[in-house]
Formats: sequence, structure tokens, C-alpha cells
Amino acid sequence: MTDMIRAEGLVKHYGETRALDGLDLTVAEGTVLGLLGPNGAGKTTAVRILTTLLLADSGTATVAGVDVAKDPQEVRRRIGLSGQYAAVDEHLTGFENLEMVGRLYGLGRKIAKERATELLERFDLTEAAHRPSKTYSGGMRRRLDLAGALVASPAVLVLDEPTTGLDPRSRLQMWDVIRDLVAQGTTLLLTTQYLEEADQLADEIVVIDHGRAIARGTADELKLQVGGERIHLTVADEADGDKARELVADAVGTDVSVTGREVVASVNAGAQSLMAVLRALDAAGVRLLDIGLRRPTLDDVFLTLTGHAAEQTTENDAVEVAR
Amino acid sequence: MTTLTKTFNDSVVIAQRNLIKIKRVPEILVFVLISPIMFVLLFAFVFGGAIDAGPGLNYREFLIGGIFAQTVVFGATFTGAGIAEDMQKGIIDRFRSLPMSSSAVLWGRTVSDVVYNVLSLIIMALTGLLVGWRMREGVVDALAAFALLLLFAFAISWVMAWVGLMVPSVEVINNASFIVIMPLTFVSNAFVPLESFPTGLRTFVEWNPVSALTQAVRELFGNTSAMVPTPDVWSMQHPVLYTLIWVALILVVFVPLSVRQYRLASSR
Ligand SMILES: Nc1ncnc2c1ncn2[C@@H]1O[C@H](COP(=O)(O)OP(=O)(O)O)[C@@H](O)[C@H]1O
Ligand SMILES: [Mg+2]
Repeated sequence: MTDMIRAEGLVKHYGETRALDGLDLTVAEGTVLGLLGPNGAGKTTAVRILTTLLLADSGTATVAGVDVAKDPQEVRRRIGLSGQYAAVDEHLTGFENLEMVGRLYGLGRKIAKERATELLERFDLTEAAHRPSKTYSGGMRRRLDLAGALVASPAVLVLDEPTTGLDPRSRLQMWDVIRDLVAQGTTLLLTTQYLEEADQLADEIVVIDHGRAIARGTADELKLQVGGERIHLTVADEADGDKARELVADAVGTDVSVTGREVVASVNAGAQSLMAVLRALDAAGVRLLDIGLRRPTLDDVFLTLTGHAAEQTTENDAVEVAR
Repeated sequence: MTTLTKTFNDSVVIAQRNLIKIKRVPEILVFVLISPIMFVLLFAFVFGGAIDAGPGLNYREFLIGGIFAQTVVFGATFTGAGIAEDMQKGIIDRFRSLPMSSSAVLWGRTVSDVVYNVLSLIIMALTGLLVGWRMREGVVDALAAFALLLLFAFAISWVMAWVGLMVPSVEVINNASFIVIMPLTFVSNAFVPLESFPTGLRTFVEWNPVSALTQAVRELFGNTSAMVPTPDVWSMQHPVLYTLIWVALILVVFVPLSVRQYRLASSR
């Protein structure tokens, strides 16, 4: 298997800020790499360097075998980029946007139009095709932007936080679209702030913080480090705490911690474990205020790997909405 | 595809994209077209009586050539604003991630702005005709005058495109262009005869390309008087040639400068 993306020792400064601090990455052909990190970790900087929008201060990178600094134009022929903020012309319709991109790829007027129609259909935008894109919702705009990245059917696709700022339904839609692409053999580099997203989509995950990789592995490997899913429950009566601990420990067979009314247990079988716990507690007559299954989040990963929480994860969403 | 045809094709695509915006936001046109009308009316009726264009010359006749020149020069601000706006919008990342010609964004913009200038010249000519201006040298010369105006406008567009790439925001553009364009157009023979400037300024006025453009246009429209001799300076004796030299000079300097700045500005 050849590496479609290979970056070694990427460093980038913005004044005093070290946005990238010696980042190494490889993405094998036909696989998905999730670049996971909080806001400000350096994800966008890495993406911009790999897609020729930015020059690194030092380090090298090749995409599809072509050096990004030495032959950027050749790299551009082989990649599709959908950046953190949708790169569409708001005055143009969806159709006009895609036709323009097609023609700038050198497709020729007729083929560009056909391709535009095809992509709009595929991304469920046919109805809105002839409306200026500024009337689109955030999710539609992201899909249009992704369609723009796919116009020339690139071998390598780079998506920078494709679902940040989207509502849950649009997010699921976007995931489906991305899975389709991957099934067709596209090599994908995807950045995200959500562990769950990387878990759903990526073959391998690189966690970055302050411009360096602090962990890498499959989602399962990372979750093993972090401790997998957890059941969080709150008992109605604090006196029930110890009883609940015993019952939960019996039901799931793992360590259980209690703080006040809060009971937390790591589990291996997800929803199955949750049901077992519910049955046991119900049978024993323990009253609950709240119970839920929590998947590890980026925060959990960070807490485990670095000892500090991932900051500002929600601020980014606010920014996205405001734009 | 050769680099040249690629640049040409990509520029056409970008120019079309810019023109679609006029279709979607027609309000833009109103401003582009109203200000020349205002200028014609303002100078013709407010200042018209106070300024003496010289014996055998009606001020309005004299004025229109100057207004033409002034308007196309001012119009270049539009190019600067368009480029500055493009650089701030997300779409620039799309352009830069495509294997397109890196100068097409600039060529496309300067070319689509020629369309604006054609429109504003038509509107001004019609307004001029209404207030008594006439083209007296026939169709060929008149067309030559319009062509010269458009060429000069195109060249100045490249200057403003460069400025548009240098400024941090669209708002700065208007002020920045004012500093350059005001002296160029007002310290020229566009609104008052060259002879009325004091000796010190006069040399500047004589060699100011806007003066040459104005003089050239007046001659081609036949808006000069036999009783007012053309100043005995090379630039005024050969205004068409002198203007063309400026056009060439500006393009030779500012096309490469702007293309370089585009590459730099976007990869910071
Ligand atoms: N154009 C810029 N000028 C100055 N600092 C920047 C610029 N772009 C990014 N940074 C800084 O570099 C760091 C990494 O940013 P970025 O790559 O955008 O992170 P992410 O995409 O992971 O949120 C941040 O500290 C950010 O503030
Ligand atoms: Mg980012």
C-alpha cells in the first residue's frame, strides 16, 4: 500500500504562535485518517499546508507522491478540499458554483455542466440548484462545498471539520455522504473536534494538541486508553449510593465509583450493559433521577492523554454559526 | 493546454462569475451609473457659468471629455474593492486549491470591470448629449476615443487591483484610492483649462496622464477650438500616443506586481 499523504516534521509559526510544531502524518491509499484535536490545535494549519494554501516554515509534505511546496499546481490536480468555512460564492447558484469549479479544472463547458447536475443530484441539492447559495442553510452550503471538492473526482480528499456547526440531522447526512465516498476508494484526511466522528469515519486517528501529535492509533486503541463507554447515573436518595454501587458492579462486572449521588461505571457492552443495570436497579427498588450512557469525548481523551481538558471546544461552534 | 489559453479560459470564467453578481445585486449598478450623471449635471449647471473654457468653446462641450476621463479613473476603485472583497471571502480558498491560472482572478476582475465602464460611458454620453455635448469628428474618431478611455481604465484597474491586495479590508480601499485618484483627476485639465493653473503646478498638469487622456478625447470628439492653441508640450501635442505609453507602462509594472502580490497575500 502506498502513502497518499505523507508529512514529515511540519512546522509553522504565526508570529509568536507555534501553530505546528513538528507534525508527522501518513495516510495510506484508500484509508481515512482522522486528525482529532480541540480548537487551536493546528488542524486547519496542517490542512492548508497539505492543500498548498500555505507554505510550511520547515518540514516536507507529499500528496499523491507530489511535493506540495515544489509542485503545488500538480497537487491541486489530485486533491479535493472542503475547508472549515464553506468556500462557495454566495451570489452564484449551487449549479453556477459547481459549473465554475468544473471549468476552472479545465473540464470544458459541457462536461462541467453535466458534472454539476450530477453532483447536485447526489448531494440532494437539485431543488435548490438554481437559487443563490446565500439562501442555503449551513448544511446545504457544506454539502455544496463538498460537491465542489469532488468535481474532478480527486484521489485524495481533505475535509476540515466537515460537520462543525451542523445540526445533528445534517451531521448524520454528512457522515453518510463521507462513508459513500470512502467506500468508493477515496483516500481521506478528515479533521474533527469530535471523538465520536473520528470513531465513526476514520480507520486511524491522530490526536493533536499545540501542533504536535500526542497519540495515534485506531479508535478502539484510543478508547482502550481512555476507558471506553461509561454509565453515569444519579440516585434519588443518597443513602442508596452504596447499594447502587454493588448492584451496578454485579451487573457489568467492572469498577464502579460513587461520589455523593453520582455513580459512574466503565462498561464494555454499551446499551446491553445499560439494560442490565436498569433491570438490576429496578428489581431492587432503587429510584433514579437520571441515567445515561456516555461515550468518551475528546475531553476524556485529552484528560487521559495530557491531564488537561480540551479547551474552547464549544466556542468554535459559535463562531461557525455567527459567520 | 498552453499556459496562455489556460489563463485566458480561466479569466473568462472568473469574469462571467463577477458579472453574474451584477445580475443578482443590481443595486451595485445604480451607484456606478448615477455618479457620472451627477457629475455631468453638477458641472454643467452649477460650475458651468463660472468657468471659461476659452474662446470659441462652450464649457459643457469642453467638460464632457474631462468627465469621461475622471469617471473611468474613479471607476477603478471598484476593481480594488472587488479584489479586496474576494480575498476576504471563503471562495478564494476554493480558487487557490484549484489547478487554475493564478492570475485569472485578477484578469477576470479587471476584464469584468471593463463592462462596468462601458455601461457608465454609455450613460454619460447620453447625459452629455442631453445637455448639449456633440461628437463632431465622425464615428471612427468617436469610437477611438471610447476605446482609449476603456484602455486607460483597464490599466488603472490593475493599479487598484494591486492596492486591493495590499489593504487589510474593503473599507480602506475607498480612502486609499481617493489619495491617488483625487490629485490625478483634479490637478489635470479635466475640469478647467490647463492655462488656468499656476506655473509650478502647470508642469504636473501638462504631464499628468489624465490630462493627456482628456486632451486626446477632446480632440477625437472634436471638442477643441481652433482659437485655443494646444499647449506646446510633447504630451499635449501627442496626447493619444502619450496616453498609450502610460497604459503600456502601467500594465508592464502592475500586472506582474499584482500577480506576485496575489500569490503572497493568499499564502500567508
Ligand atoms: N492567520 C493566522 N494568524 C495568526 N495566528 C493564527 C492564524 N491561523 C491560525 N493561527 C493560530 O495558530 C494556531 C492553530 O490554529 P488552527 O490551525 O486554525 O487550529 P485548529 O484548526 O485546530 O482550530 C492557533 O493558536 C491559532 O490562533
Ligand atoms: Mg480549524
